[in-house]
Amino acid sequence: MAEVNFGLQEEAHDKRRTLMARSKPGRTGVALSASDVPPQTMPPSSMLRDDLELPEVTEGEVVRYFTYLSQLNFSVDTNFYPLGSCTMKYNPRINEAVAALPGFAMAHPLQSEGQMQGTLEALFTLQERLREITGMAATSLTPLAGAHGELAGVLTIRAALDARGQSQRMKMLIPDTAHGTNPASAAMAGFNVVSVPSDPNGNIDMEALRAEATDDLAGVMFTQPTTLGLFDRNAIEMCKIVHDAGGLVYGDGANMNALLGRVKLGEIGFDVVHMNLHKTFSTPHGGGGPGAGPICVVEELAEFLPGPVVKVHEDATYHSVMPARSIGRMGGYQGNFGVLIRALTYITLLGDEGMLEISANAVLNANYLLAKLRPVFELPYDRTVMHEVVFSAKRRKGASALDISKRLLDHGFHAPTMYFPLVVAEALMIEPTETESKETLDAFIETLFKIDAEAAEDENFLHGAPYNTPASRMDEARAARQPHLRWEPSG
Amino acid sequence: MEIPVDRRYSNEHEWALLEDDGTVRIGISEFAQHELGDVIFVETPAVAARVTKGENMGEIESVKAVSDLFSPVTGEVVEINADIKSRPELVNEDPYAGGWLVRVKPDDAGELDSLLDPAAYKSITE
Repeated sequence: MAEVNFGLQEEAHDKRRTLMARSKPGRTGVALSASDVPPQTMPPSSMLRDDLELPEVTEGEVVRYFTYLSQLNFSVDTNFYPLGSCTMKYNPRINEAVAALPGFAMAHPLQSEGQMQGTLEALFTLQERLREITGMAATSLTPLAGAHGELAGVLTIRAALDARGQSQRMKMLIPDTAHGTNPASAAMAGFNVVSVPSDPNGNIDMEALRAEATDDLAGVMFTQPTTLGLFDRNAIEMCKIVHDAGGLVYGDGANMNALLGRVKLGEIGFDVVHMNLHKTFSTPHGGGGPGAGPICVVEELAEFLPGPVVKVHEDATYHSVMPARSIGRMGGYQGNFGVLIRALTYITLLGDEGMLEISANAVLNANYLLAKLRPVFELPYDRTVMHEVVFSAKRRKGASALDISKRLLDHGFHAPTMYFPLVVAEALMIEPTETESKETLDAFIETLFKIDAEAAEDENFLHGAPYNTPASRMDEARAARQPHLRWEPSG
Repeated sequence: MEIPVDRRYSNEHEWALLEDDGTVRIGISEFAQHELGDVIFVETPAVAARVTKGENMGEIESVKAVSDLFSPVTGEVVEINADIKSRPELVNEDPYAGGWLVRVKPDDAGELDSLLDPAAYKSITE
């Protein structure tokens, strides 16, 4: 944004000023009563930091400042958010209402099981629903995020292989289209990561897979549908090859909303699958807030699941237990309980019919965008897609995927995921989700045609976008090379 | 896109230049730096480390992605470009000279003949 020359008066009212800049000595938000606690001896000053200049401001200023910041926020509550491979779908408000019920919100994890039967039953019900949805034998709800679920899944595979007496199996195969968290999770669990290429149709390359099917094979981490938005038609054969070689198949369930009610990964040969409740089951997403990445496993792996898990006894009482040979805990207590309740609400309200509608609409919306945007972009893998579509922006040389994404911000749309997956040059990865209307999709399509026309007319114009946002094009390279990670006084 | 004719290239877009002292200077091509975008960090092998032709020898991080670096020759690292630690943008600004990455003493300098010549490399960047 061009530097605006504020006068003194305006500067005092510039609402962009940080709380630090608003600080005036002696101002407070609250008047504290006289302390009736005896003064304590402070630790020596050498142990205390002296660079913590807390701002002195009134409560009203604090409220206005944070309200202003919240208005700058771009969210799924304000605009269309077609971020590929992230499933930024609407978060139904009833999820919040149910999670806020006092019986859930006020429960304490250290209460006795006798007092907790209702919450334990809710957790048990969610375990069962996820187990049914994935076609698996058992569920652990405790992993706290998607990648945390990946780690729990591969640690479970490690434990199962060790129990088979096959600790030499160290090689984990990962397709080149995988989310970057897959190799990170495998490496963290101690596996050696080997990348497997895709074939020209975007499926896993079966020749390359066969060549790696050796006696040190631990397994494969496989995303179905893939990050190209494609249903990998080699999946069943892939599972067979890996199993025949003595390995196990991990399913990354990040793209599960395309499969709900249609395909059970457990039935086509997967041994472990994680789900991102914040993607598939509409819990709030992003911002580093609480997530949940439950995993479901086949019978052989059930005893190694992270715990605790909830079991029901014959007298219909519910109990929190650690599986017999559990890999341990992935976090405190039962995981992010409030998030689990939100997902259970969504699943319960939609029911079996609703699950089918999620996948139908997710796939329909993505294919609608594919069909309509074909004139604007190249389509590197020209197939019917699942929940998302990956275009290449290289047709028009002057307008990169970055330029187009930045220009979309000017029109009130969040940018799609760009430059991922890595196998597509100038990738724009668009996931509309099932919750968007045709009108929203049409407005998005129309905008991309408009941006394409702008690029045809003057390609330099797009290089300067965005023009209408609170901050203009960021210098991402400088931000990464010379990051300013904390506020410092200017004088 | 500039492709100097004094050196050889790998399919992974590294260049390898045989120096007078028998060592091989290694960097990434103009095409590669353009595709990566602004480079923000380069992780090179340490001096005296062994590198193997076609195998991972480090990483290059740009605003777009983190990519593996592959060694175009087999040998021992004798020098790394200290400048790119503080100024990774050299890889973008001057990929064929100031933005070089490592210098390797090859086990067999003849290995360079198995790399792509400039014409062959040009064809894979089109």
